[in-house]
Amino acid sequence: MSLETSASQTVGPYLHIGLTWLVTENLVAPGVDGQPITISGVVTDGDGAVVPDALVEIWQANTHGRYAHPEDTRDLPLEAAFKGFGRSPTDKDGRFRFTTVKPGRVPGPDGTLQAPHINVTIFMRGMLRHLVSRIYFPDDPANAKDPVLSSVPAARRGTLVATRTPSKPHALTWNVRLQGDGETVFFDT
Amino acid sequence: MSTLKQAQKRAAKAPAARPAPSAGKPNTLMSYRPPDRGTQPDLLFPPYASTVKRAPSQALVRLPSTLSEVTGPLFGYDRIHANDYDLTAQHNGDPIGERIIVSGRVLDANGRPVPHTLVEIWQANAAGRYPHPRDQHDAPTDPNFTGCGRTLTDSEGRYRFVTIRPGEYPWRNHYNAWRPAHIHFSLFGPAFQTRLVTQMYFPGDPLLEYDPMYLSIPTERARKRLISTFDWETTIPEMALGYRFDVVLRGREETPMENDMRHLLKGL
Ligand SMILES: [Fe+2]
Repeated sequence: MSLETSASQTVGPYLHIGLTWLVTENLVAPGVDGQPITISGVVTDGDGAVVPDALVEIWQANTHGRYAHPEDTRDLPLEAAFKGFGRSPTDKDGRFRFTTVKPGRVPGPDGTLQAPHINVTIFMRGMLRHLVSRIYFPDDPANAKDPVLSSVPAARRGTLVATRTPSKPHALTWNVRLQGDGETVFFDT
Repeated sequence: MSTLKQAQKRAAKAPAARPAPSAGKPNTLMSYRPPDRGTQPDLLFPPYASTVKRAPSQALVRLPSTLSEVTGPLFGYDRIHANDYDLTAQHNGDPIGERIIVSGRVLDANGRPVPHTLVEIWQANAAGRYPHPRDQHDAPTDPNFTGCGRTLTDSEGRYRFVTIRPGEYPWRNHYNAWRPAHIHFSLFGPAFQTRLVTQMYFPGDPLLEYDPMYLSIPTERARKRLISTFDWETTIPEMALGYRFDVVLRGREETPMENDMRHLLKGL
């Protein structure tokens, strides 16, 4: 039997009513392995105006590179206290924020390993389908051979890599530009 | 409207082949098929004015299906409370409005139920008002109605909510713009690739044919799928009308053979 997939519709302006209960900005519980880091950023539109009514969700492996999901059956440590899911609504300044750990590497196509990355979905009023993107980590030597980064035109790759604040080594910034100059790379998955 | 043509163009641009899953490893890294042609709105749909400055202008980059895409967050009963499915029982008094039962199944595109998956809903009250600082519509809020619910599907993919029928409400998209009555739905499914946020509409709503969000869906068949149906069997005598609403998430690629067939058929 084959059914047609249901259509996506926007979350609209009142998303907070239904989605706030599961807001998860800190993914790191006590005892979780890995150095806690923060990742935050601002979502801006085609005019450069901040987007105060977006919702950013993330999905990632733990520091050992293991996803908390039954289809990740690799023999790597699974931590009960690290679920790998985050949800952050943007504030009046268009900013979302997470505290998490840098994920380990996970397999890519054809037996390759992917560079550490966080999977991102973005929802907002004016977005009829959610956007999909990825956050990579600055200065990671694995970025150079990552199969997904390599598939992105070189001039746009940088939009997928977070930046480090020199004075705060564990604070990363990853901004989202929806449209126009420096437009973030979004994926069709 | 050119929307249909745009959607067809997009579908035609989809890649023709993907690596076949390795033999002897059933299910391993078998991706979730892209949504069928004509079922999904374009990101840029100018009749919905807010898309104009928010839709990306660059083409989306094709992401291969890796472990990152075929896994996703799973949620258990530890997060769900007893009254979360009953939006009429979350306060001391009864909300104003017509009680309804909204139930249905979450299925995948292969027709299989999606069990134990999180379903989140939110909606306006009977007067068409959300208890939200951005909602300035001059209609009363209801102290006995927040309009937020959640549940997990059962082992057969079934879910059920008790709520009140939401009111239509005005918005500023164009002159005299009113949203048809709707309930927002958010679903996860088993993977990052199956995430879906959508809206449920009501049968016979005269506002649907004026609604840019509803009309952003390319085909009539896909639009109609978002309209619930009155359901006598789940209607409770003297208590509440039943509406049925099934949601279809992306389904997994089947065997490599079927895969090839599908791509051949798409080329026709
Ligand atoms: Fe709404």
